[in-house]
Amino acid sequence: MALTNQYIQEKLQEKFGDAVSNFEQSYDILSFEVIAANNLKVLQFLYDEPSLQFQFLTDLCGVNFPDDTGREIGVVYHLHNLTENMRLRLKVFVPVATPDVFTACNLFSSANWMERETYDFYGVNFVGHPNLKRILNVDEMDYFPLRKEYPLEDQTRIDKDDEMFGRG
Amino acid sequence: MLAHQQHHITLPEGSIEKQTTTLNVGPTHPATHGVFQNIMELDGERIVSTEQTVGYIHRAFEKLAERRPLYQITPITDRLNYCSSPINNMGWHLTCEKFLGVQTPKRVDYLRVIIMELARISDHLICNSIVGVDTGAYTGFLYVMQYRELIYEIYEEVCGSRLTTNIGRIGGFERNFTNTAFEKLEKFLKEYPKVLKEFENLFARNRIFMERTIGGGAISATRALNYGFTGPNLRAAGVDYDVRVHQPYSSYQDFDFTIPVGKTGDNYDRFLVRNQEMWQSLSIIEQAYKKVQEFKGTDAEIFHADVPEYYLPKKEDVYTKMESLIWHFKIVMGEVEMPKGEIYHAVEGGNGELGFYLISDGGRTPFRLHFRRPCFIYYQAYPELITGGMLSDAIVTMSSLNLIAGELDA
Repeated sequence: MALTNQYIQEKLQEKFGDAVSNFEQSYDILSFEVIAANNLKVLQFLYDEPSLQFQFLTDLCGVNFPDDTGREIGVVYHLHNLTENMRLRLKVFVPVATPDVFTACNLFSSANWMERETYDFYGVNFVGHPNLKRILNVDEMDYFPLRKEYPLEDQTRIDKDDEMFGRG
Repeated sequence: MLAHQQHHITLPEGSIEKQTTTLNVGPTHPATHGVFQNIMELDGERIVSTEQTVGYIHRAFEKLAERRPLYQITPITDRLNYCSSPINNMGWHLTCEKFLGVQTPKRVDYLRVIIMELARISDHLICNSIVGVDTGAYTGFLYVMQYRELIYEIYEEVCGSRLTTNIGRIGGFERNFTNTAFEKLEKFLKEYPKVLKEFENLFARNRIFMERTIGGGAISATRALNYGFTGPNLRAAGVDYDVRVHQPYSSYQDFDFTIPVGKTGDNYDRFLVRNQEMWQSLSIIEQAYKKVQEFKGTDAEIFHADVPEYYLPKKEDVYTKMESLIWHFKIVMGEVEMPKGEIYHAVEGGNGELGFYLISDGGRTPFRLHFRRPCFIYYQAYPELITGGMLSDAIVTMSSLNLIAGELDA
């Protein structure tokens, strides 16, 4: 039986109940949210469960929603089941004051640098990471540049305000 | 003077002098072919451990992209894997098209396939000939450069530039392929197979080359998957994952080709897989060119989708036609509606799965854009590949992984 999004969703809800939520399908990929305390358990379950087998970590990145109080920082995992050729997107949201997410390094060796990159740009503290330090930016940097609070351009310029970018 | 005195280190009493040598390879060493730094601990010539430093040419692409409309992000993608810029450009256009729901005509798809496969050939050609250079055969490299030149001439004819191409637009190409472009393509298709065969003969069964590459930098399929390997490096380890086949884009399902795989995942297998892929690419280009020639009359004039809301109109039309002027204004001033949502789209880049993860909040620019850069992910495995081996093998391993600093550092 080919793997379907419906099946994945049912399987996850059966196992984790309320810890997984917000299932939606956007452009073929099933996307859902996990509470921060459970991200590793869900990843492990998706990895081990014989009918799911999401054993390839395609991508891991951070995202910042400054207006979403209590869930400002997000970590997005893209998983791939290569035998069934199925992709899955998993998101974890944490407050900006305590951005603690469990590391996936022990499950995927590839997560190591991707988590360092996410730490570098968003300041996500990956609990249990063997070497959590900056990777692309200089070590002396004391802020997390991809957070929305750090504007790209000089904010004193009046000729380039947000209205020009469709966000008035 | 003893090493610890030079470094002003106070060793505890009774300890012996450090037995290993620290060596800085890079960041601008000629053998690294790019800005890569490795701080290696060596025992004689054997590598005990290594630590990579990356980020020397970090240019904040993801931050820049948050302030640019979709069509202005294409030049950024050029500078990721600059050995095969057209694939990055097309990958970005395809992501936008999927996101905006733009359907491209078949002829556009086939023309894109031609350009993407040419880019793949030029990418693999560089990588393989550099492996040759690092094992002591400079001739192959200089020889095949002439044929990369032919590919660059085709780019030049199509889009006007050579290395950082910025080729195409959302919806298709900026202009139709000229006859000269097709003539140059024919010239390439006629001359290149002979050269590739010669290149292969020079290396594939060459005793010295085999001794230098077989067994070096090997990785098992399981480890490669765990490390997130994609592209030729994963296929050399024996996993037949190719985005062109698994999630066909730009009508790749219309073409007949095979995925070459290796067995051991070592430097030699990576070389062979890339070589085989060049043959496959050649066959795809021939098939695509044949399909393109089947379009006659007005069909042969189609080079972009009919999407005035995303595709910039011709400049002379902007000056003379009302509608074109309106669309031009709307696109440039960002008056075009952008959907909300998120999308992940991947293409088979020169060195692996190149993915674009786009989140849009309906604004004119992406809310967040993340590039899945294949070599950033698999370069992590480098210490595991080289530890216990010789320093000279580490250099060959580095070049056979096809690391591109621009892509690594984003």
